Amino acid sequence: MLANLQNLFRYRALIQSLVARELKARYRGSLLGYFWSFINPLLLLLIYTFVFTVVMPGARGNGLEPFAVFMFCGILPWTWFSSSLLESSNVLVAGGNLIKKVLFPAEVLPIVTVLAGLVNFCLGLPILAGFLLYYRVPVTASDLLWLPVLIAMQCLLTLGLAFVVASLTVLFRDVRDLLANLLTLWFFATPIIYPLWSAPAGVQRVLALNPMTYMIVSYQEVLFREGPYRDWQRMFGLGAISLLVFLAGYFVFNRLRDTFAEEV
Amino acid sequence: MNAIEVQDVHKSYRRYSRRRQFATLKSALLSGAVLRDLRADEGFEALRGVSFDVAAGKTFGIIGRNGSGKSTMLKLIAGIGKPSTGRVIVQGRVSALIELGAGFHPEISGRENVFINGMMLGLSKREIAARFDDIVSFAELAAFIDDPVKTYSSGMYMRLGFSVAIHVDPDVLLVDEVLAVGDESFTHKCLDRFADLRRRGRTVLLVTHSLDLISRFCDEALWLDGGVVRAQGDPRRVIDAYLLDVTAKEKEQLLVASGQVVTKERSDEPADMFQAVEGRWGSREAEIEAVEFLDASGRPAQLIESGAALQIRFRVRSHQPLNDVVVGVGVFTADGTCCYGTNTAIDGAAAGVLDGEGEVLFSIPRLDLVEGTYKIDVAIHRQNGAPYDYHRQLYVLRVNSGRKDVGIYRPEHTWTCAGALQISGLK
Repeated sequence: MLANLQNLFRYRALIQSLVARELKARYRGSLLGYFWSFINPLLLLLIYTFVFTVVMPGARGNGLEPFAVFMFCGILPWTWFSSSLLESSNVLVAGGNLIKKVLFPAEVLPIVTVLAGLVNFCLGLPILAGFLLYYRVPVTASDLLWLPVLIAMQCLLTLGLAFVVASLTVLFRDVRDLLANLLTLWFFATPIIYPLWSAPAGVQRVLALNPMTYMIVSYQEVLFREGPYRDWQRMFGLGAISLLVFLAGYFVFNRLRDTFAEEV
Repeated sequence: MNAIEVQDVHKSYRRYSRRRQFATLKSALLSGAVLRDLRADEGFEALRGVSFDVAAGKTFGIIGRNGSGKSTMLKLIAGIGKPSTGRVIVQGRVSALIELGAGFHPEISGRENVFINGMMLGLSKREIAARFDDIVSFAELAAFIDDPVKTYSSGMYMRLGFSVAIHVDPDVLLVDEVLAVGDESFTHKCLDRFADLRRRGRTVLLVTHSLDLISRFCDEALWLDGGVVRAQGDPRRVIDAYLLDVTAKEKEQLLVASGQVVTKERSDEPADMFQAVEGRWGSREAEIEAVEFLDASGRPAQLIESGAALQIRFRVRSHQPLNDVVVGVGVFTADGTCCYGTNTAIDGAAAGVLDGEGEVLFSIPRLDLVEGTYKIDVAIHRQNGAPYDYHRQLYVLRVNSGRKDVGIYRPEHTWTCAGALQISGLK
């Protein structure tokens, strides 16, 4: 497994090119091109603003103003997370030709998916920053140093899950449909459009089992809450979990690797 | 030194019918078979104990009918699959021409695809940049290289894929039936490129149905049949053994229980006899039976020495009196080129009569053909060509000789040298 990881390092130039290709190909033929990476989160934010200020103004959490920006702090990383997993579920099957006909480390494909999602996520950050400035949300400057750490941890966590999802889909195509619904449930089981403390105590205990809860809450605290981030324990735990998920996911992927060429 | 060593390789695939039982997660969970199902140790054995070595610098061909395990073998050598048991050892960088342009993205330009494809095949960015111009000019795509690949014709697509793969400059090149990608001139270029690789001491492994290509290019050939090695060695001998077997199998399928009568009927008589593939047709007012080859001593044989005598003997039988009878024979190479054909009318005889049973003996005192496998026609028909019974290439004759001369016909010949030229050992 370690040798495989090392081998992967040799393919970094390929991964880089494939990510670039992925982004380039995604917007090829559209008028606005790369701007969609900005516009998509912007539109999303407008929709949520509309829903929570016009349609159901009572549903917002107290003291979290502007609520849309609070949500956006969670939605942006969530979109990266969920779209990466959804696309990963398809990526080995869609790239079947490569796996069957070219000697090529299959894990490159989910990695490219997750990294392309990361680039999109990063392109959404300026939008978020713009809104934070506009609404004069008091962001603690030293907290921003945590952002890259958080992103790195989410990257590991997403990669680990993407490996599992990608390799299981090869064997069971059901995973794709299952995953779409699971992600919807997961979205609501993560404090994104509501603050964690607003959930009933019993529910909070359940949410505590969800690693994405810690991830999103950390984003919210780093970007939205006042005061410096101090929850070292959570940060450390999150890092440990992410690394564990990554290694476990890669282990599963490696175990199933030999079946890909036959089952894709 | 061996570039490729294959040691007692078995490869089994799960059969699809079996797989289907647990094709969904639900059924796998319900039957508790998830883990059992993940093991790939049951099912169809594509390779059953294959062993062979390919010496470095050799061009090596693998032949065999569809489903014999050729492509599976190639994939194992390429490292795309792993053998179920046994070992495959390959020395040096491998490039596999299995599917050309696999991994091209239709939306981006040929240029970018060349880089990405090259990196997939194991080149670094710098190496590709250094070869880029060669790749493009070899593919003859200089004018289109910045257009998205989706605008390419399938020929352009394949040429680009081929060009990238062959410029990887591999130590071992694996080729699976991909030479049919371009027009004539491109195919020639590909073959030149193979020859070039060969000159530079690279190893080429060729899987193809083109026996001609194998006999022209390969130093050694391997015949796979049903996942086992049937023969290995000199390409022409392997090919001949293969062809004999193919024809024997076909004949087996053609024979009816009663005996020698071949029944691959064609209701539609081909318009042009020389366009026809093998088969049997005719009005059946007269029929041909018991076709045999006899060697110089008059014994039935399928193997004739080049330059020795050959007789073709067959019985004819009519069900009613016929007074417009011509019999003929034809000799074809294994790939269907007509070497010689004649009949009694061409040879100046008048139309014959046949009422009941008769026998024909066609004698050639010297069979001056080069070594190889030949297919024989026998026919009985009217003077205007309308067949009573036509057997097209249904009989296989193997011609043997120790010599390696090429072509079809071996005229009797001598060499004489004069002047300062001296060649010893000439007969």
